[in-house]
Amino acid sequence: MNMPETQRGKLKIFMGYAAGVGKTYKMLEEAQQLKAAGVDVVVGYFEPHGRRETIAKTEGLEIIPRQKVEYRGSVFEEMDTSAILARHPRTCLVDEFPHTNVPGSERSKRWEDVELLLAAGTDVLTTMNIQHLESLNDQVWQISGIRVRETIPDWVVQQADEVVMVDLTPRALLHRLQRGVVYERQKANSALKNFFRESTLVALREMALRQAAHEVEHRMMTDERQFVPAGTAPASPRKHHRILVLVSPNPKSAMLIRRAKRVSDFIGAECFAVAVEPSGDLSGLPQPERESLEQHLNFARNLHIETRVLEGDDVASTVVDFGRRNQVTQIYLTRPAARTWLPGLSRDPAQRIVGMAKDMQIVIVSDRERVNE
Amino acid sequence: MAHELRRKTPEECMLEVQAEEAALARKGHLKIFLGYASGVGKSYRMLDEARRRRERGQDVVVGAIQPQVPHEVEALLRKLEVIPLKNVAGGTAIDVDAVIRRHPAVCFVDGLAYNNPPGLRNPTRWQDVQELLAAGIKVIASINVQYVAELKDRIEAITGKRITETVPTSFIKSADEIEVVDAPPIEPTEWSLEEEAETLRRKERIAKLRELALLVAADVVDHQLNEYLECHGIRQHFGTYERILVCVTPRANIQEMLEEAQAVAEGFHGEVIVAYVKQPEISSENQSALDARLAVASAAGARIEILEGEDPAHALLDFARSRGITQLFVGHSQRGGLARLRASPLDKLIWEGHGMDVRVFPQ
Repeated sequence: MNMPETQRGKLKIFMGYAAGVGKTYKMLEEAQQLKAAGVDVVVGYFEPHGRRETIAKTEGLEIIPRQKVEYRGSVFEEMDTSAILARHPRTCLVDEFPHTNVPGSERSKRWEDVELLLAAGTDVLTTMNIQHLESLNDQVWQISGIRVRETIPDWVVQQADEVVMVDLTPRALLHRLQRGVVYERQKANSALKNFFRESTLVALREMALRQAAHEVEHRMMTDERQFVPAGTAPASPRKHHRILVLVSPNPKSAMLIRRAKRVSDFIGAECFAVAVEPSGDLSGLPQPERESLEQHLNFARNLHIETRVLEGDDVASTVVDFGRRNQVTQIYLTRPAARTWLPGLSRDPAQRIVGMAKDMQIVIVSDRERVNE
Repeated sequence: MAHELRRKTPEECMLEVQAEEAALARKGHLKIFLGYASGVGKSYRMLDEARRRRERGQDVVVGAIQPQVPHEVEALLRKLEVIPLKNVAGGTAIDVDAVIRRHPAVCFVDGLAYNNPPGLRNPTRWQDVQELLAAGIKVIASINVQYVAELKDRIEAITGKRITETVPTSFIKSADEIEVVDAPPIEPTEWSLEEEAETLRRKERIAKLRELALLVAADVVDHQLNEYLECHGIRQHFGTYERILVCVTPRANIQEMLEEAQAVAEGFHGEVIVAYVKQPEISSENQSALDARLAVASAAGARIEILEGEDPAHALLDFARSRGITQLFVGHSQRGGLARLRASPLDKLIWEGHGMDVRVFPQ
C-alpha cells in the first residue's frame, strides 16, 4: 500500500465526569498493554495527584521530563512538546487534555501541543472530564455553580478517533473521596461542597454518558460516509438545516453561540453567526462594545462557526432579509431584554424579528439559571 | 417516540410489572456492570471490585461465574470464595439456597441473563437474584447490553443473531447503581484487504452496541437524578436529557413541528411530548382543526397531554417546568395590526419561558 510520508497519529480520549473516576489509571493500564505488545510508548505528561495505585501503574514506562517555564518569578512545569517530538514515539500519553499552559509557553493550550504530536504521526492517549467541553459550559455552571475556564472546543473532541467513557458510580467515587484516595483530606472536604455534591455528580455523569454515546454515533456516521459498501442504497437525505445566530455585544451572546452550536452538531446542521452594524464593520462602535462584539465573533470562529458582520441600519430587518436570501431554516436569538407593554411597538430586535419573520423558525434561547439548593 | 418501541407481548408486560413490584419490596442493594459485548472486561472489573471489597474486610462471595474465564479472571477467582453453580439436568444454576444459608454481605453474579434449566423454582437467573435481594443480600452482577429485553429487536437487527435470554428492562432500571464498562478493544492497525470489509462490519456492530449500552446507562442515571432531585425537594431540572414539548393549536403546522421535534429527539436521543390547552369557548371550526392536528400527532405515536388553565401560556409553562422540558415548540402568533399592541400568548412564552428554548414555527 502506498502510504503518505507521515500519517496523522490517532487520538484517543478517556472521558470522565469528575476527578477520581479512574481516567488516568485506565489510560496507564492501556499504555502497559501497548508496551507489553511491543509498542513504543512514552509518558509525555502525567499528573500523579499523589495517588498510589495510579503511580504504581507508571512502573516501567518511559517518562519524558517536563520543561520548566518561568512566569512572574515562579517556575512552572509543563509538558516538553519539543522533547517528545525529538523522541518521536509511536504512542504518547498526555494527561489533562483541557489544561491551559502557563503564559510564556509556546502554545497556550495543551490540546494545541497534542495537535502537534498528532501531526508528527504520534498516537496520543489523553484524559478529560465532560465539564470541560465548551458547548456544555453554561449547563455545567447551572448544575455545579462553577464556571469552568479551561474548555475544549467541541470540534477538537470530535476529531478524536475514539472517545471512551471511564465510568464509576457516584457512590463509589464519594467513598474514594472520603477514604482520601482522590485528594488529601482538606482538599477533599472542599471538593465535597461543589463538584462532588451527589446531584452534581449524577447530572455530570449523565451528560458524560450521553456525550460518549453521541461521539460513538458521530464516528459511525463518518465511517459510513467513507465506506458505503457497493450495492447498498444511501440513507434517505434528511432535511438540511441552516442555523443563523445573531451575535451582539450583549454578554449572553456566548451562551447563545454555545447552544446553537451544540444543537447544530447534534442534528447535523450548518451554523453561522452574524452581527449587524450600519457600517458593515465594527468601526462605528464605542470601544467597550466593539471589544465585546469582537470577542464574541472570535469565540464563534474558535468553535468553527463562520461569522460575518452585515451592513444595515436596522438589525431586525437586516437579519431576516439575510436569512431569507441564504436559506436559513432557524434564527437563534437571546430572550428580549424586557417585557414590553406594547409588543407591537417594541424596539427590541428579538421581539421585532419574531413579529417580522412569520415564515421562519425563530429560536429564543433561554438563559441558564441556578436555583440554590 | 424517539425510540422505536415494539409492542410488548402480554408475558413481557407481566414480567416487567413483577420486576417493578419486586424492586419496591426488596431489601438488598443491586449494582450492575453493563458491557456491550463479551470480552470487554466486565467480569474482570466486577471481580476486581470483589477482591478490593474482600481486602477491605467485607464478607464477599461469588455466586455465579461464566463457564469459561480468561486467565486474569481465574487468578482473581483464586482469591475469592466461590459458591459453585449447582448442576441440574439440562444445565447449571445459582445455588440460591446455599447462598442464602451462607448469607454473605455481598454476592457477585457474573452473567445475569441466563435462563435456568427447567424444573427449578425460578425460570431465570435474574429471578434468583431477586430472591437474594429479598433475603437482604447485596448483589453485584454483570450483564451484556445485548440481553436487555427492551432492546431485543434492535440487537437482533444489529447482530443478526436470535436472542433467547433476556432480562426485563425495569429490573435493570431498578438497579441502585449501574456502571458502564466501555473499553473498545485495541484494534490491529493494519489488515489485509480481505479482512478489511469484515473488520469494518464488526467495528460498526460494536459501535452500535456501545452506543446502546451508553444510552441505557444514561437513562438509568437520568432516572436516578430525577429521584434524587425529587427526594431533596429540588424543583430545578438540569436539562441533561432533551425533552421537547410541541404545543398544538388549531392552526399549528403540526406536520413540520413533529418532524423537527423528531429530528431533535433522534439527534439527542431525547423525548417528545405533545400538549394542547383546552379552550372553554372554542368554535366548532377551530375544534375540528384542532382534532385533525391531534389525530396527526397521535398517528405519529406521540404522547398527548391535555392541559387546563385560564391562561394558556402559563398552563404550558407550568407543565413544561414540571416535566423538565428543554425546548418548547409553538406556532407564530396570528395577530397583526392593533391586536399586536396587547401581549399575545406567544409573547408571554417568550418572556417567561425561563429555563427552556422557545422555538417558534410558521403556521
